[in-house]
Amino acid sequence: MVARAMWKADLSLGELKVPVKLYAAVRDAKVHFRLLHATDHAPVKQQMVDPETEQPVSSEGFKRAVAVDRGVYVVLTDEEQAALAPKPSRLISIEEVVAAGAVDERWFDRPYYLGPDGDDEGYFALAEALKKREAIGIARWVLRNKRYVGALQASGGYLLLDTLRYAQEIVEVAAVRPGANRAPDKREIALAEQLIGALEDRFDANEFRDEYQEQLQAMLAAKAAGKVVRFPKAVKREQPDSLVASLQASLKAKRKDAGHGRRA
Amino acid sequence: MAEEREAAPNPRAFWSGTLTFGLVSVPVDLYPAVRARRTALRVLGPDDQPLVRRYFCSVDNKALGPDDIVRGYENDDGSFTLVADEELDALAPRKSRDIDLRRFVEREEIPRQLLERPYVLAPAGDSTKAYHLLAETMERTGKAGIATFVMRGKEYLAAIFAERGSLRAVTMRFASELRTPDDVGLPRVVRSPAERRQEMERALAELTEDELDLKLLDDEYASALRELAELKRDAGRDVVEIEEAPPEDEQGTADVIDIMAVLKERMGGAERKPARAQPAPAAARQAATRAAGHDALEDLSKKELYDRAKKLGLSGRSGMSRAALIAALRKAG
Repeated sequence: MVARAMWKADLSLGELKVPVKLYAAVRDAKVHFRLLHATDHAPVKQQMVDPETEQPVSSEGFKRAVAVDRGVYVVLTDEEQAALAPKPSRLISIEEVVAAGAVDERWFDRPYYLGPDGDDEGYFALAEALKKREAIGIARWVLRNKRYVGALQASGGYLLLDTLRYAQEIVEVAAVRPGANRAPDKREIALAEQLIGALEDRFDANEFRDEYQEQLQAMLAAKAAGKVVRFPKAVKREQPDSLVASLQASLKAKRKDAGHGRRA
Repeated sequence: MAEEREAAPNPRAFWSGTLTFGLVSVPVDLYPAVRARRTALRVLGPDDQPLVRRYFCSVDNKALGPDDIVRGYENDDGSFTLVADEELDALAPRKSRDIDLRRFVEREEIPRQLLERPYVLAPAGDSTKAYHLLAETMERTGKAGIATFVMRGKEYLAAIFAERGSLRAVTMRFASELRTPDDVGLPRVVRSPAERRQEMERALAELTEDELDLKLLDDEYASALRELAELKRDAGRDVVEIEEAPPEDEQGTADVIDIMAVLKERMGGAERKPARAQPAPAAARQAATRAAGHDALEDLSKKELYDRAKKLGLSGRSGMSRAALIAALRKAG
């Protein structure tokens, strides 16, 4: 089934414009539960109540307030809230282009596909150009009253737009180095390099399955069919006592594996 | 484990586990590396009283407490399969605290679209040597680890990154959670005419900057919201005081914890000593860093490395990874 586009916009690079459609790249594959009233199994609903009286308050009576300090709030009028909302626009504006590694892993939030919308040549030309330059575009746009910042990258010949977190959301971590008494010695470093090398492989996301979700689905299917399901128990791990000994033992085990085929 | 926790009090780690690769184990504490945006508006009633959310039955409109609510999975025919907490607990298959480092890959090989949520890994337990060894080696070789672990009853796939001496985990989506271009219905990739490609390359070149302008990542809405609120507070307009307990939720702790203090406390030899009137002599410090298998360049941020490369006029620097910058700078002497 072909997914429906969430939005149509123009991708702008300076003077150039490429018309695109936006699609969610994340598929909601997880099992979702609903909360039900225990006696009649009717779905529950949520309402805002006055905690003093436990009486529901209708939404016409709502005021919205922003915290300025602990326990101190300022109420915003509807007009003030509206004034804060960004102006609607149909533009995804590429503000700058940087090396792909310039945005580190912590910033990436949620991926979307961009698809061509009338100018396939322009769309695929941009994907190729981004790939060739090994670059990403830093994009900004407004969608449904919200401002977004994102990273535009080429992936498999297509354009992907990942939303990025805001700078204020990232916890900064400065450089930390071990004290002299804790620094590993030459031998340990050499062994660690060997072990990492032995465990090195290509990354293939398809090799990893969400076993929890699979078991959850199996359990639901079994329950629907009136069966009982059993699951394996936890495994306990033994703590090795010396770092060098465990590095060496790991390497030995790994070499043995290698003799019986590439992957353990 | 319990004794270690008492010796080095654990300031509310999000989760604790053991990073394992081969037979090596590295005990770690997990802290969130992102904090919540403070843009949520609180809902007040007509008399400025803060409102709270409550559950009601959608049929008989009765107010429901936690004991009146069950969990149901909606079947295709609209009926519900009820699922108890114990059944979900039984599913959490391995109650192991291992973060199982299954393999190492080139850092650049990890698709960005899989990345979900970042955490800082701080060394835990008595010995931090294995932590340093792993962090230093991964960073020097430009490798990332791929790990699986079970946290709070759910299975996670994560990428482990080493950056500036510390380890991070970023949880990842499973491949099954991502649509393919086919799923979305995107047209087949076609090669565009050379002139269109060149046009795009020129447009990209014109917008190319050597480094990321962090101003582009400013949360303008949050700033505008705060500015307006503070202005009104100072003018004494629409100010409401509400009695509040200190935050105890996970969202709150991310801001409260000083991750740097945790890392320094756990890592440093020198930093641990209470009396630190004099800095360690430079020669001793250098010896320490040499022993750890890196030189002063390793302590610099990517930006600092980049600035040095710029000064030396090293070509191709804007496309270089941190490791490549270090290598190029070493070569340049």
